[in-house]
Amino acid sequence: MTSPLTRTQDTAARTAVEVRMEGLSRHYGPVVALDRLDLTLQPGELVALLGPSGCGKTTTLRLLAGLEDADAGGITVGGKDITRLPASKRDMGMVFQAYSLFPHMTVRQNVAFGLRLRRVAGAQRDKRAMDMLELVGLSSQADRYPNQISGGQQQRVALARALAIEPQVLLLDEPLSALDAKVRAQLRDQIRRIQLEVGITTLFVTHDQEEALAIADRVGVMREGRLDQLATPTEVYSRPATSFVAEFVGLTNRLPGTVSGATVTVRGRDLPLVDLATPPGPVTALVRPEAVTLASDSSGESGPLTGTVIASTFLGATSRVTVDLGDTTILAQLATSDATALPAGSRVTLTIRPDPVLVSADSAPEAEE
Amino acid sequence: MAAVTSLGETPITAQARVPRGMQSRRRRRLNVFRYVVFTLFGLFFILPPLAMLRFSLEGAKLGTWSVTAWRQIASYQGSGIPPLLSAIEISLELAVITCAVTLVLLVPTMIWIRLRVQWISRTFEFLCLLPLTIPAIVLVVGLGPIYNKIQHFSLSALMLFWVYVILALPYAYRALAAGLGAIDVTTLSEAARSLGASWLSVMTRVIVPNMRQAILNALLLTTALVLGEFTIAYLLLYNNLQAELYSISRNTPNAGVLFSTATAALLFAFVLLLILSFAGRRRRGRG
Repeated sequence: MTSPLTRTQDTAARTAVEVRMEGLSRHYGPVVALDRLDLTLQPGELVALLGPSGCGKTTTLRLLAGLEDADAGGITVGGKDITRLPASKRDMGMVFQAYSLFPHMTVRQNVAFGLRLRRVAGAQRDKRAMDMLELVGLSSQADRYPNQISGGQQQRVALARALAIEPQVLLLDEPLSALDAKVRAQLRDQIRRIQLEVGITTLFVTHDQEEALAIADRVGVMREGRLDQLATPTEVYSRPATSFVAEFVGLTNRLPGTVSGATVTVRGRDLPLVDLATPPGPVTALVRPEAVTLASDSSGESGPLTGTVIASTFLGATSRVTVDLGDTTILAQLATSDATALPAGSRVTLTIRPDPVLVSADSAPEAEE
Repeated sequence: MAAVTSLGETPITAQARVPRGMQSRRRRRLNVFRYVVFTLFGLFFILPPLAMLRFSLEGAKLGTWSVTAWRQIASYQGSGIPPLLSAIEISLELAVITCAVTLVLLVPTMIWIRLRVQWISRTFEFLCLLPLTIPAIVLVVGLGPIYNKIQHFSLSALMLFWVYVILALPYAYRALAAGLGAIDVTTLSEAARSLGASWLSVMTRVIVPNMRQAILNALLLTTALVLGEFTIAYLLLYNNLQAELYSISRNTPNAGVLFSTATAALLFAFVLLLILSFAGRRRRGRG
């Protein structure tokens, strides 16, 4: 007996394809939504596009889906040029941000819709629809209507519907943004599990950095219609290519420093540079809160790395502590057990872990999200 | 400490009780107001038809009952095909044709505008609502020469459907626009497109089934309009149901016949609309 998962894996893994977008541009009047974007998705890879509103990530996905036309550039899927192909002929499954199930159809009919358009015989269509529902764990809801199931279930059905047609590429347009935090985390893991099992090339668009880092093989950080960095989640987080990436992905302390050689001196500490070609001189160093550790200071002496705790934010297992250094403030992310020992008003000594840091030429040092 | 707790608790309990009491009083008052309004408007609508029915059943002596006026609906018609029956048939056919043409014109156009050319939606809305501002007599004056030509070729009263489609546009448009506004047309159509649906499939298999109630409302309004239309048919010398009723009132010595036929027509239209309404409310389709 073959499981639905194995059957899906068998069929889709055979068709995992490379997706290549070259010089893709899109304008809305004077606004440049996408500016000569080059992006390649390896067969079976999940790439997450991350960026602030209006950075062009959804436009990229819509151009790939054929829901909008590119002003310039080309798209190839599995070596075949699909730039001018209409959406209905692109063979791509898509899950939308808004609930997109057809309200007049049952869950089963929704999943079978694409197969019906492909004139798949009734029995085979029903079987495939049930297999897909089993894959997303919703076979018991097959005869319900969309308004009779929860938002998370609707998005799972939408995923099953997208996968039912055995598409070459799966497109996920912020599918989790309408869900509450717990359901979002569960569904995120389920999407990743299914994507890995099916082995389908996937483009995932999100503005949630945690989601992107958790789910993707590679993360593309976009800004103003361009890709600032495309790399593995670890690399994007620990070795950001630009100050924008560093600041957008995770919290960052902006501290004044001076570059000399391969290091930057921040408050008397020498830290290695990410970019060794940085010219010497004053800069702003971008230091992650988790690279900062705190210890209680009973000496009462002042120095560049001593300060006073002014606030502590409980985040669960960790807490974020804000320390006033006199001339600036700095954020430190500590285990909650450590942070509770440092209430507001405590004098503390800081240690900055010597992780490679990125620097930017601009000033205005402060902690930013 | 106890005093502090007590002081702290008392106002909270009082605060919690007062709004609840106020709320229920307000709800009761609102309910009474609702029933009064409902009864007044109900009487306003039901009394004239009831009076009409009573008058149609008035006997020879005041205060007596008789069905003579109802019997005379048929006997007045004389031999051959009764003109009233023919007028009913024409009105029904006109209703069917007008509904079909209005929907065929409006539904795809409105969906297309919503999906692809939203920038002309305001202009389209203006054009559709325009007939509301044009009095029937003005329409007749404008359309008169055209219909004179049509009559010259001895075409039937069914040709009235052209002008009825124009008259029905504002009502059908509003009903359909409300239905379209209630669904996320863009997302549904994009989802269908990504699954391989052509534009025709998007409309027929996804959007239209979700506009079922709106289409039904448009049908009801259009049918009601056609069945009740008198001015244009009469002035253009066509004989529809309303024109025939007027003709009966003018040509029969028994005034009760006018009221019996009017009541019959009203009941007929009411039953027809009721059937249409119930037909549309059956269990959701199975895709």
